[in-house]
Amino acid sequence: MKIVLKHLTKRFPNRNKKIKEDVIAVNDFDFEIEGGKLIGLLGPSGCGKSTALNLICGLEKPTEGQIFFDDIDVTNLPPENRGVGLVFQNYALYPHLTVRENIRFPLENLRGKDKLSKEEMEKRVQEAAALVQISELLDRRPSEMSGGQQQRVAIARALVKMPRVLLLDEPLSNLDARLRLQTREELKRIQVETGITTVFVTHDQEEAMSISDTIVVMKDGVLHQMGKPQEIYDEPVNLFVAKFLGTPQINVFEGKISGGKVYIDDKAVLDAEGVADRDVYVAIRPEGFVVDKNGALTCKFINREVMGRDTSVVATHDKFLGENIRAIIPSEEAVDHEDGTVSFSLKPHKVRLFDKATEERIKI
Amino acid sequence: MKKNLTAWLCLLPALLFLLVFMVYPLVDVLIYSFEEGFNFASGRFFGTGFYNYSYVLHDPFFIQALKNTFIIVIITVPLSTGIALLISMELSSIKFLRDLFQTIYFLPYVTNTLAVGLVFMILFKKTAYSDGLISLLIQVFGGPSVDFIGGPYWAKMFVMCFYTIWIVLPFKILILTSALASVNPMYYKAAQIDATPKWRVFYKITLPMISPMVFYLVITGFIGAFKAYSDEVALFGTDLNAAGMNTIVGYVYDMLYGNSGGYPSYASAAALILFTIVFTITTINLLVSKKTVYYN
Repeated sequence: MKIVLKHLTKRFPNRNKKIKEDVIAVNDFDFEIEGGKLIGLLGPSGCGKSTALNLICGLEKPTEGQIFFDDIDVTNLPPENRGVGLVFQNYALYPHLTVRENIRFPLENLRGKDKLSKEEMEKRVQEAAALVQISELLDRRPSEMSGGQQQRVAIARALVKMPRVLLLDEPLSNLDARLRLQTREELKRIQVETGITTVFVTHDQEEAMSISDTIVVMKDGVLHQMGKPQEIYDEPVNLFVAKFLGTPQINVFEGKISGGKVYIDDKAVLDAEGVADRDVYVAIRPEGFVVDKNGALTCKFINREVMGRDTSVVATHDKFLGENIRAIIPSEEAVDHEDGTVSFSLKPHKVRLFDKATEERIKI
Repeated sequence: MKKNLTAWLCLLPALLFLLVFMVYPLVDVLIYSFEEGFNFASGRFFGTGFYNYSYVLHDPFFIQALKNTFIIVIITVPLSTGIALLISMELSSIKFLRDLFQTIYFLPYVTNTLAVGLVFMILFKKTAYSDGLISLLIQVFGGPSVDFIGGPYWAKMFVMCFYTIWIVLPFKILILTSALASVNPMYYKAAQIDATPKWRVFYKITLPMISPMVFYLVITGFIGAFKAYSDEVALFGTDLNAAGMNTIVGYVYDMLYGNSGGYPSYASAAALILFTIVFTITTINLLVSKKTVYYN
């Protein structure tokens, strides 16, 4: 089932009562989420992504705009009638109930023609438990389980009533690093197996990149870019998106375009045919550097970090914004830094230019 | 060892206090209850045995006190806990004027007992000048004139239970509102998304989550109601036997200091019977709680 947001806006009155202006948590969201896909709502904390999720599930009412599930307007439908499953950030498992009782809880609420017999309920519980692989834990209490197991129970509880949409609020943030890796693969598997339209919220770009079919990047309630993970990584529309995606972060330099060439300091590092002269930010992905004695970009060498598969060269530059430049090069490559400097040439397709005033992308 | 010594020394004042004012009197009461006809003045008694218990259990005043106490306990404990729960649920769900209502419900707790007694007199007592507000109200609707303080037993018992419930409500409401506030709202959101009916949210989520507090109130409520005495005096005066509204504690007091006073042996036996009752009820409560109360 597809989800359509039409000019969706949510304003909250400011907590600080002296400030009359409302806080805009979600500003004019207008896009369509394809059915049966896994969508990642990505943004820094406080950007309104959880509010967006709450709007979709109905826990919050939009100030303006509409929400459609397929062709049905659900804007004024209370959450219980929307047929959504929600997994809370800290799971919200009922601590006094066993896992079985927790998963069965939504089924016991069904009334009228949907009412299930005890056997049917147990069958559905078993199915949901098998899907998230916790069949042998059904008689435990949530407090007797690890974070990852609780997470699975929460997903099972959300799925057992066969929702049309599955929503997850920061589903992995309470797990340790290794479990996070494992669980996100699990999440993808469950989504593919069930084919339920799934929206999850995260501030971790790696998480969003790794499992989403589509990423929605937002900041301060504004949608910045929406697309396939690789597209967004390769073709960010503005400096914020470029900086937000990718680890290590993209390296941003102050520079200018003059006479069809891109300059950092007074060195021409790249061609930019047909672009009007102006001040720009030159953003270079870590993998966009090539160590080259005759390269135009000369930086002060700080360190070389060996990571096995590849090596990261840490350096600084006067025009660099931020602390250290990180360039990732193959580990077998030699780095010449006898005189305390290291020179790079750049791979043009890994370099993105942004207008200094608007921070919007400049295409070359 | 040295550390232990310091610890014991620090505990000593409290221990001495407990020994002198708690342990010694308890042992003494136990001994008195088995000494027939013990007399404070002479310090003598006739013999030992279960005579005191037999006397008390056959005393019609004690039987009446026992009956009154049980009626008060059975009516006021569940009702006051239930009403307090209802009021705290309402208080937690409203935003408008919430503080005002909270204050109003808490007023009985900070109001002087004498003032409260006076108000109840105005409401219920029939005097030469007035029938009492409630009685007048009943008459407006065509009912008979009822003297709640000096009239039939059911009327007196009604006032008694009404008063008891009203006086214990504030504390229970206070405890329950804070218990309700401590339930994480995300559970309610999760329940809402799963289309959980309201009664089920209450029965399956709210109640188990606040069950330790409810249990605490039930236990202390039982104990408190079994010890009822001062409220009876406030409403019906000191001669509770004449009013037919005596309680077990009232009986103990009467045996010691009342008109028929001077019988520490009977008083001790009655006190120990009360203790046995409270102990049994509390044990039953604890056993029931093991299955029903959820501790995080």
